[in-house]
Amino acid sequence: MTSLTTLTIAEARAKLKARDISAAELTEDYIKAVEAARGLNAYIVETPEQARASAKASDLRFKAGTAGELEGIPLGIKDLFATRGVHTQACSHILDKFQPTYESTVTANLFREGAVMLGKLNMDEFAMGSSNETSYYGPVTNPWRRKNSNAALVPGGSSGGSASAVAAHICAAATATDTGGSIRQPAAFTGTVGIKPTYGRCSRWGIVAFASSLDQAGPIARDVRDAAIMLKVMASVDPKDTTSVDRPVPDYEAVLGKSVKGLRIGIPREYRPDGLPAEIDALWNKGAEWLKAQGAEVVEISLPHTKYALPAYYIVAPAEASSNLARYDGVRYGLRVPGNDLIDTYENTRAAGFGPEVQRRIMIGTYVLSAGYYDAYYVRAQKVRTLIKQDFDKAWEKVDVVLTPATPSAAFAPGEITDPVQMYLNDVFTVTVNMAGLPGIAVPAGLSEQGLPLGLQLIGKPFDEETLFQTAYALEQAAGKFTAPKWW
Amino acid sequence: MSVDQATVKRVARLARIKVKDEDVPRIAGELNEILAFVEQLNEVDVSGVEPLTSVVAMKMKMRDDVVSDGGIPKDVTKNAPAAEDDFFMVPKVVE
Repeated sequence: MTSLTTLTIAEARAKLKARDISAAELTEDYIKAVEAARGLNAYIVETPEQARASAKASDLRFKAGTAGELEGIPLGIKDLFATRGVHTQACSHILDKFQPTYESTVTANLFREGAVMLGKLNMDEFAMGSSNETSYYGPVTNPWRRKNSNAALVPGGSSGGSASAVAAHICAAATATDTGGSIRQPAAFTGTVGIKPTYGRCSRWGIVAFASSLDQAGPIARDVRDAAIMLKVMASVDPKDTTSVDRPVPDYEAVLGKSVKGLRIGIPREYRPDGLPAEIDALWNKGAEWLKAQGAEVVEISLPHTKYALPAYYIVAPAEASSNLARYDGVRYGLRVPGNDLIDTYENTRAAGFGPEVQRRIMIGTYVLSAGYYDAYYVRAQKVRTLIKQDFDKAWEKVDVVLTPATPSAAFAPGEITDPVQMYLNDVFTVTVNMAGLPGIAVPAGLSEQGLPLGLQLIGKPFDEETLFQTAYALEQAAGKFTAPKWW
Repeated sequence: MSVDQATVKRVARLARIKVKDEDVPRIAGELNEILAFVEQLNEVDVSGVEPLTSVVAMKMKMRDDVVSDGGIPKDVTKNAPAAEDDFFMVPKVVE
């Protein structure tokens, strides 16, 4: 019998509902698959006993007719989400042994609807990275490899464990977070679908904070439908996060298959920088053609401040991070490295507990917020952010959705990019979306010459995730789905 | 603007991160590379532009001014590296 792990959420949901399979059987197959894929290092903690207990409870609810929307569906949870009584460290040494006594709102929503947790997923430390190489728990391997090569590739980051686990079918879907591209870039690198919803759509409560004005949770899933199913449950208004919005959560699945006829698709000319690989350019054109063939109208637009989004991000995000990460002082939780006095203890703890990339960003953030520099850096960056947002506001007068490449390249090898600024350039197409607070979805659209997945990104109006799902589904219908050949 | 070694030490002190003397030149180089990258923001005319304070126009929500949580000192100190009688333990701060 083939493993039940080949089923998408929608397929598993139908079989569970019809009682063709039990939640216990489904979870058992996933537990086996997780164990067999340890070489990918996608999971840093496995919770098989908890998963079995949840699945058993799910089967009882199926029997009682009280099943939730994700009843019995096995998920992986990014280590950034607080999970009660279970390892939650943002993959940092400084949060050693931290086990929260509370549950994040997003995971609570998922568990309320019956989802089963298989374990915690690897990520870049504090979500700072684009290759999952900054994790204290070591790098994650991408299930995809170049044609005729056994060399390991990175899964992208920061949600590298989430993307790798979804692509390897060692969870049905995963939670992830996106501050500058951390859902969409790894989704693009692994042939999976990842959506960062509008800022405020999901509660940030219980998610370890990186840059509070940019952070947003979202799912990584195998296809557009599964992403729609996941986001519907993850999104909610929450009294514990004042930035979460009080708007009804639509049934995103209902728009899948709706024609894109007459939809206006914007192609921003600024997303074609010098040196963009020809195959990415070609894929982008193909994406536009696919939508055109289905009746959409393709319109060239201009987003003139695009090139300033990344530099502005590298002021705003480190500034907010330096403030958020001030709480890790070796007193209230996690690691403590004793010193001669209290300040010495702080300094020793933070030097030992934070990795090099996190230290670098805290230092940049501290510098740009320090006396005399605040206006020159932080305030200027926030003004540039207003201009980026205004670019989009103008674009929405002409188009309904914007189509761009998701990343400037396919997945690369570990150690290939060592220069911090070169690494930051991975987010050049995704970061504008966080700066403007908009929703963005990455959809696999083809394979590179070397046989690696490449993604396209759709950007939508605030809280118009429905049009994103509708358009993404149309792209998926044209492009097909992509599964990594199993070697692990 | 460029960061010199004295500035690196000052910023590290403000950030409460101990930096070894031999690492200071490397850190200065990395910070300068990032600052050079963000320098291009100076090309942008931001006169008359308001800084963005909220990506979604919304009124700040207010909650009732009542106690909604608390009375869980054991939970609060559970993850502390050193705690005693529901208090966090730190090195002596007063002589």
